[in-house]
Amino acid sequence: MNRVPMEKKVLSENDRIAGELRERFRKNDVLCLNLISSPGAGKTSLLERTLEGFARGERVAVLTGDIQTDNDAARLARFGFPVQQITTGGTCHLDARMIARALEAWSLEDLDLLLIENVGNLVCPASYDLGEAAKIVVLSAPEGEDKPLKYPSIFFKSALLLLNKIDLLPYVPFDIGKARENARRVHPEMEIVEVSCATGQGLDVWRQWLARQRAAMSAEKIGSLA
Amino acid sequence: MHELGIANSVLEAVRAEAQRHPGALPVKVSVRVGELAGVDPDALTFSFEALTSGTEWARLALEVETCPRLHHCPACGNTFRVVDYQFTCPACGAPRTECVSGDELELAYLEMEEP
Repeated sequence: MNRVPMEKKVLSENDRIAGELRERFRKNDVLCLNLISSPGAGKTSLLERTLEGFARGERVAVLTGDIQTDNDAARLARFGFPVQQITTGGTCHLDARMIARALEAWSLEDLDLLLIENVGNLVCPASYDLGEAAKIVVLSAPEGEDKPLKYPSIFFKSALLLLNKIDLLPYVPFDIGKARENARRVHPEMEIVEVSCATGQGLDVWRQWLARQRAAMSAEKIGSLA
Repeated sequence: MHELGIANSVLEAVRAEAQRHPGALPVKVSVRVGELAGVDPDALTFSFEALTSGTEWARLALEVETCPRLHHCPACGNTFRVVDYQFTCPACGAPRTECVSGDELELAYLEMEEP
């Protein structure tokens, strides 16, 4: 019997493509963010409110993933920024190849910010690197405060937790302090922002977070040129 | 349920490795799955069997080694297994420790019968 060491990642092909994407984003100064949540947590609403806050000339684009329908792309396209729907046809997550294929239609030189809305699912998208600078997980109040403990992988891998639908706090049994505590148990350094896409509460803090990431990216670029 | 896709990636890797060993018969592939990887070992095994049964790979067994979440303490150098999200260093009590493993999704080795 011959035992051959393999010592490589199972998803090494996905990771290779994601690595190429990350390098292209870096070269073209594109900040890429990967938004992940369960279905109905409010990713599309968050993107609507985010796009609505950008001036016309901002170089922002959105890739939105779903198993079926292009409803989300239709909702997002009305803000005038480039939007593409990726319909996975059954696959429960986006992978790096789908992103690479979608980006063939756009020139990265024309973009500063690329927002990716993953398929609604707290499990599978955690395993697939898309070349993003950061993953963002959206958790909405009606889902319950125990989600970080039940789905630790995605909370561990996300830089930011957006606690959405906080306007519903008076009506649902959601202990927001406990939700924050659970998220930090899984990922102690995680940043947390509370928002409501219905009332607009907290969206300014989210926009500041986005602006900080974009500034950090430019600073890194200036640093590397010096 | 993305374990089917992952099982398929494992099988593709075995195929590629087997091509480099003409005549040898792959009989066991071993993968390491961290507890933070978001991959269920039972679902992975089930998917793998579904993909291989009744094919030329029917004799190929999948071994899943699960890897615990390990943290390293920068204060005292201790490495420890995290249980129930307790990140405080059990040796020196430092509250801030760093995750060093637990999100593996790796191919470990392939066993083959020589011709």
